[in-house]
Amino acid sequence: MRRLLPDLGLAAFLLAALTAAEFLYRNELLVFNFTIFFILAQGLNAIYGFTGYLPFGYVGFFGAGAYGFALAVMHLGSAPLPALGLAGAAGLALGLLLTPLLRLSGAYFAIANLAAAQAVYQVIANPALEPLTRGPYGVSLASVFAPRASFLAALALLALLLGVVIWLRRGEMGLALKAIRDDPLSAAMAGIPVVRLRVLAWLVSALAAALAGGIYAWHISVFYPETVFDLSFSVFAIVFTLFGGAATLSGPILGAALLYGLYNLIGITVPQYFQLIYGALIVALMLFLPRGLLSLLTDRGHDVP
Amino acid sequence: MLLHALAGGLVYGCYFALLGLGLNLVFGVMRIVNLAHGDLIMLGAMAAYFLYHLAGLSPLWAAPLVAGGFFLLALPLYAALLPRLLAAREAEMLSFTLFFGLQQIIEALAAIAFGPSERSLPARSLAAGPIVLLGQSVPKSWAFSALVAVIAIGLFYLSLHHTRLGLFTRAVMASPEEAAASGIDLSRISAIAFGLGVALAGLAGVFAPFMLGSVTPAMGASLNLVAFATVVVGSLGAPLGTIFGGLVYGVGLLLMQTYFSTWADLLPDLLLIAILLFRPSGLLGRRLRVA
Repeated sequence: MRRLLPDLGLAAFLLAALTAAEFLYRNELLVFNFTIFFILAQGLNAIYGFTGYLPFGYVGFFGAGAYGFALAVMHLGSAPLPALGLAGAAGLALGLLLTPLLRLSGAYFAIANLAAAQAVYQVIANPALEPLTRGPYGVSLASVFAPRASFLAALALLALLLGVVIWLRRGEMGLALKAIRDDPLSAAMAGIPVVRLRVLAWLVSALAAALAGGIYAWHISVFYPETVFDLSFSVFAIVFTLFGGAATLSGPILGAALLYGLYNLIGITVPQYFQLIYGALIVALMLFLPRGLLSLLTDRGHDVP
Repeated sequence: MLLHALAGGLVYGCYFALLGLGLNLVFGVMRIVNLAHGDLIMLGAMAAYFLYHLAGLSPLWAAPLVAGGFFLLALPLYAALLPRLLAAREAEMLSFTLFFGLQQIIEALAAIAFGPSERSLPARSLAAGPIVLLGQSVPKSWAFSALVAVIAIGLFYLSLHHTRLGLFTRAVMASPEEAAASGIDLSRISAIAFGLGVALAGLAGVFAPFMLGSVTPAMGASLNLVAFATVVVGSLGAPLGTIFGGLVYGVGLLLMQTYFSTWADLLPDLLLIAILLFRPSGLLGRRLRVA
């Protein structure tokens, strides 16, 4: 239990800070977006940090969740919470459909996953499906609009996900996953069920993104396919996680807090300059600090949450 | 209809082969996925645009200039990035992410320099009017672009199979360790292959305005998927398979556009996923990529 204290402390601090910001700070959309990116970065961390698979098409789950939510509200007239259930189900279904991709290694997985996200986007945005998804014309969910409730849902999801990542880091499951990441063959020889654990991490990660997508849809309530399938969601989640350091709890938090903060300072008015900065950041990181900012501390033997 | 799609598909296929060739060469020699490939193609297209509109240079003259210039520019880039990268553990994944960063840098710089406007070259800057192929009329600018692609690929084939440098390159592709052990200078071969890969991207870019429509700084990312699809269909790491991949992709795309036009955009994605899952070594290739 003592080992868990720093992790739990960090998680509690983050949740408290977000809650306080939501109630005290006037720009509540900004606080909400921060929460979403904390979720996406941790969700990506669950698959990349603990298995080494880098899902470039992570946004596919986010978009699938957003549309799962929207379809439930539009066609079934369901209330927000059951609709979130459908969002999660859409993400899980897509995750299951894509599990064969886990057979691919490294770059092949990343590219195939990106192609899969594009394919989902093109199906949903297709004018031929207008009666079902409203195609490229976007959806409006004004009937369920509830900014405060959806923020609280995002906060609850973040809390849950932080719990899962702490469990992955400190529990046997995470140890097994890291063993698989570092050397799948030896891990299998040691009796670790390689495929089952990989699929489990994959589905956890997919579910997190899909629920985040559903909550996002609920919160903004009017959106287009390209809003929720914007590749920036994948890119940001990847960069935030890599920047801080994958396979830690604090790395993705640090990355999201610093870089999404920077994005809000300069990125919204001049997105190209922000793109330039994070492009340069990625190159510099890969050359000099491939395991993220926190590896400066962990390499010196400090234990960071 | 069918014949028209086939004729257009073959012409497009030759061009798509050129689009993927550089990506595949770099992967074959260094096991590196150059995710900036699509953005280099975009830069080639921008270069052709400005050479035509500012210097009045026809794309046929711009082509060797751009290819040569890109080759020279690629060498310092290679020296700055790759030796450090190739020495690292997990070089494949690191390089993948690094080139993704490079892609973002290029896209951002291009957006800052050129703005978001769409630029195009008139077909007459290359060749106006139609040409008859398989009994079907096809724009001459398409046929010229395809012809340049065929010539470039032919030259590439000859140098790969009938020169000393090509022999060394094939040796490195087959086994870097054994090639190094028999005295081949790995970093020299890698540098040349990287330069050639970038030059081929630039060359493909020069003809992009005719084959792919107008040019914007943001076009690179989707081109990556197209180039990757043609490469993967052939076989990653075997440059000549790309020709086959390009033809499959070109004919497939034109058939889709003819018969299922609203769904044609799905083709590269589905083709990529299907090939990676069911024929992971490509339609022609060796086994390389299973986890």
